[in-house]
Amino acid sequence: MPAMAQVGARRASNAVDGAPRPRLERSRSDRVIGGVAAGIGHHLGVEPTTVRIAFVLLTFAFGFGIVVYLLTWLLAPQEAAEATPAPRARRHIRPTISQALGAGLILVGVAILLYVSGFWFGEALAWPVTLAAVGFAILWARSGEDRRSRSPLDVVISGRRSIARVAIGSLLILGAGAVFLGNSYSIYTVGPMLLAATVAIGGLGLIGGPWIWSIGRDLIDERSSRIRTEERAEMAAHLHDSVLQTLALIQRAPASREMASLARTQERELRAWLYGRAPTLAGARLRDAIDAMAGRVERDQQVKVEAIVVGDADLEERTRALVAAVGEATLNAARHSGATEVSVYVEVEDDATTAYVRDLGTGFDPDAVASDRRGIADSIVGRLERHGGTAHVMSRPGAGTEVAMHLPRKAP
Amino acid sequence: MTRSSVRVFVVDDHELFRSGVRSELSRSCQIVGEAGTVEEAVVGILRESPDVVLLDVHMPAGGGRGVIEGVRADSAGGSTTQFLALSVSDAAEDVIGIIRAGARGYVTKSISADELVAAVQRVHGGDVVFSPRLAGFVLDAFAGEAPVSADPELDLLTARERETLRYIARGYTYKEVASELHISVKTVETHVSAVLRKLQLSNRYELTRWASERQLI
Repeated sequence: MPAMAQVGARRASNAVDGAPRPRLERSRSDRVIGGVAAGIGHHLGVEPTTVRIAFVLLTFAFGFGIVVYLLTWLLAPQEAAEATPAPRARRHIRPTISQALGAGLILVGVAILLYVSGFWFGEALAWPVTLAAVGFAILWARSGEDRRSRSPLDVVISGRRSIARVAIGSLLILGAGAVFLGNSYSIYTVGPMLLAATVAIGGLGLIGGPWIWSIGRDLIDERSSRIRTEERAEMAAHLHDSVLQTLALIQRAPASREMASLARTQERELRAWLYGRAPTLAGARLRDAIDAMAGRVERDQQVKVEAIVVGDADLEERTRALVAAVGEATLNAARHSGATEVSVYVEVEDDATTAYVRDLGTGFDPDAVASDRRGIADSIVGRLERHGGTAHVMSRPGAGTEVAMHLPRKAP
Repeated sequence: MTRSSVRVFVVDDHELFRSGVRSELSRSCQIVGEAGTVEEAVVGILRESPDVVLLDVHMPAGGGRGVIEGVRADSAGGSTTQFLALSVSDAAEDVIGIIRAGARGYVTKSISADELVAAVQRVHGGDVVFSPRLAGFVLDAFAGEAPVSADPELDLLTARERETLRYIARGYTYKEVASELHISVKTVETHVSAVLRKLQLSNRYELTRWASERQLI
């Protein structure tokens, strides 16, 4: 767990210090069309609005802005989802109709503007470029989380994209090449073969390029994350099979009480770490606090404490009071009952939290008041009553003791 | 329960642990075999057809679950062998996973020798062994709203079952639970058996998630 927390911290500091510079990623949260501008802005440390204006200006230079935008959209990975698990519905984001309409209108507007202002780059280029762009979009437009890119063929086979879509996209791009060649053949009479080859290669690049690029990127991403997961799992499995088993063994062997209790404490700590429930973490919850309390009493009093928590709650003033009361009762049982084991049970329900601390020790007659016990019982009762809760001590000489505690979730 | 009547097979990949358990159980049970790997265990259990198998949850190549599945697959339902899971782990997914595979109970390795003998005999008698921790996991898994496509027979605990589990989680023995609830020990056993059945058959999200989440350790 400490290792994970450290990784988390390192990631977070990246975003804050800006050094090293954050990766170029499409933004999820801040986007007008594809989150490209915000991504670039974040990468370069510039306001996204500035980047957006730059794109619009660049578009006037023979549509250069649009080309760069599209390329970045395709090549830059999407920013990872936020650390808090997003609802499932977010995983399949498709461009909304308004986004598509917006992008279309911008393109049409730019084309008209170019035409009207006399910068029109001629039919010879306009049609092929438009065709190629549309084909490219049809081929490669992807949904938000569709990061595992595949070749067009794979995609068709696996049924994730229709044959029609790939066919139309490819035809449009090839058609664009043909139209361009048809228009330009007369202009470039010299070296037509060279031109044809260039156009063909360009077309192929458009069809397959992003796929090859993203395959490489995905492979690297996947490999490194797989290695990390495997390493952790391997280490956990190893610790589980070796150290935990040994600690269990020591507790079974007729070792001294101190030895057994030390083994138990260490087993508890190791297990908490292995299964991601480190009791010392900041932001701990009720379950962690009860576990930590149980571990402490176990270590200090050398008594086995079996703590079971059902449900969980945040730690605030009220739950802390309950944890303290439960701790008091557990300590009391460990010290005075003579039992070797104390059972702690805490259940969080919608309206109240109940807790029981039980031992099978000597017990006592609550009416005959052993003064030291009475005092501690009062401190448990008093602590809970201040928060609108109750506590009862049930005990009989020779039959053990159980303290039942009840605390409403909300202040009365 | 006469002495030496229960025939026990011990499966654990730690030899030291096996020998410890062997010496503890030999006073009141008959150890008919032991194994350190899933393969050996399946062969040995099929050969000896023991009454109770003490099964370590975590072992290389399939774990305790692999042993249960291997034995069930080869004995074609004719086996009367019962499985009692024994583990150092107390992660919910391990416990739920082994119970759903078919174990009749779960105890942790820190259990005392007397308690272990009692648990073996209980499982042999056809009853279910619910440790406090298992009771806690079940209460947790069955807490909250039932799933939409609920089969209330399987996806919900009755008030009485819930009450019984709470006492077990608080550290009460079956006998103590019976006297607290003014019912017979037999009725307590009926309640926990019903809970075990629900645990094995319910499709509640928590159970399926816990059971499938971690196969690797």
